Amino acid sequence: MTTQSSISLVGTDPIFQDRTAKTARSWAPSVVGEDAEVLSNDSVNLEYRHLVVRCGAVAASAVPGQFFQLLCPHTDGDQPFLRRPMSLYGVNPARLEVEFLYKIAGAGTRGLATLRAGDAIDIMGPLGVGFTLNPKLRHIVAIGRGAGLATLAPLAQAAKANGTKVTAIFSARRPELMVSVELFNRHGADVVAVTDSESTSGPANIERILRGLCFCCVRDFNVGGEIVHRRVCWDGPVFDMMEALP
Amino acid sequence: MIDLSVRVGGLTLANPVMPASGTFAEGLDKVIDFNRLGAFVTKTITRELRAGNPLPRVVECAGGLINSIGIPSKGVPYFLDETLPHYARYKPPLVVSISAPTGEDFARLAAELTRVGVAAIEANISCPNIEEDGKAFAMRASSTELVVRQLRAATSLPLWVKLTPNTGDLPEVARAAERAGADALVVANTILAMAIDLETFKPCLGNIMGGLSGPAIKPIVLRQVYQCARAVKIPVIGCGGISTTEDAVEYMLAGASAVQVGTATFVQPAAMTTIIDGLVKFCERRDIVRIADLIGAVLNEESDEPELSWVAPPQ
Repeated sequence: MTTQSSISLVGTDPIFQDRTAKTARSWAPSVVGEDAEVLSNDSVNLEYRHLVVRCGAVAASAVPGQFFQLLCPHTDGDQPFLRRPMSLYGVNPARLEVEFLYKIAGAGTRGLATLRAGDAIDIMGPLGVGFTLNPKLRHIVAIGRGAGLATLAPLAQAAKANGTKVTAIFSARRPELMVSVELFNRHGADVVAVTDSESTSGPANIERILRGLCFCCVRDFNVGGEIVHRRVCWDGPVFDMMEALP
Repeated sequence: MIDLSVRVGGLTLANPVMPASGTFAEGLDKVIDFNRLGAFVTKTITRELRAGNPLPRVVECAGGLINSIGIPSKGVPYFLDETLPHYARYKPPLVVSISAPTGEDFARLAAELTRVGVAAIEANISCPNIEEDGKAFAMRASSTELVVRQLRAATSLPLWVKLTPNTGDLPEVARAAERAGADALVVANTILAMAIDLETFKPCLGNIMGGLSGPAIKPIVLRQVYQCARAVKIPVIGCGGISTTEDAVEYMLAGASAVQVGTATFVQPAAMTTIIDGLVKFCERRDIVRIADLIGAVLNEESDEPELSWVAPPQ
């Protein structure tokens, strides 16, 4: 048994002075529900909004692909009871900030849209298993549409830090609803934009763009004594036999 | 220092706060320190493997949610091999929630789970009884008494019996469970409910009807805890819409010896530890040294017995 009086690391709060004091010290949460401070909550176009909050260190340790559950504010018209899951759109562990991208679609997001700088928003996370980014990867392709892009933004950021090149294919209904192109450009990504209104977002066109992008099918070729990588799907499949024997 | 301990149906708990069955699993240890809880209560397990109900299984409504999950279960061997060892590392006692379609199955399951590491059995008798046209055991005193007797004979562990709020005769059902040997009652479960989607004209739940939980049901279940606590001598554990310290105190004043927190955890995953912290502060503020002194401490000096007769009819 541990003694009760020897631990005083958390001051006079009586709950920590009972027998749980030992575990209260050794246990630390990896998911936290907390009131974060809204730094900004601005429209990025007719449909999407960008929410930036100041949070604690655990939340700011979120990795690409993880998400948070937001307790959306109640409004005159809506009283959302449950939290709403929201992909991580950006994270800055040094500045203790996390960002979300959302479209006003229902009771929860209508509440989110009412937030102003300085307001509190209860966020809970980070949750889920994020992307696995193999440090050896030289080039990845990120494909997303609408708010689905939110998930991919931190991945592009992490890829840049990793030295991995990113090609991003963005889909939207109309060009003016395209979001995050500049952000991805800042992360060093090549962005290919496709839209419904331009009839470029169909599966056939995406497949055409994707061919040659993934670099899964490259193999070594000897071109004038130098080893180069060529894509079977794009550069081939018919190759010079001598070049194909490096 | 405030004494938070309570005696509940054969166990002494370090504090009166525990999860409601079905709202708690191992993953919550990322958010709260499990060693601070009064007890663990598992999601209901069954002997048969069950996949659960058709989707969607949950819909939110004003002040709560309606669920029809359908008790998906991985069966007893999985529980014994995986779940049980996981909880051995923690201090709070493990209460195992069980369910079965017949009294005989209930008894067999209770016997199979009577082993080291299990501190008590919580029998969820709000499930359909296939021997009574699918009517839940806890809807009637007679079927409650029968199944609890079978459970009592099958296990030496403390036996907690979880009652349904959907019966019109709850005090009588409570007395039947006590007569048959229950060590404590859990009052109550979700309230049968439904919701309809105005876009599609279809029910919001795949199973059409489901159980309502959350703050919306708190006043109803609080009344039922009050009725049951007056009807029986065994401890009553309150369970229905408890989200805050104030809710927990209110339940204890109504007669609950302990409380279970369920839906609130979905909204605030640290709700249970927040409530425990709040109970200490409440007791300090009111100069209460033992939290057990709150149990049943509601004052009804204004009412005389005839006025209360409709609340708890004489036996």
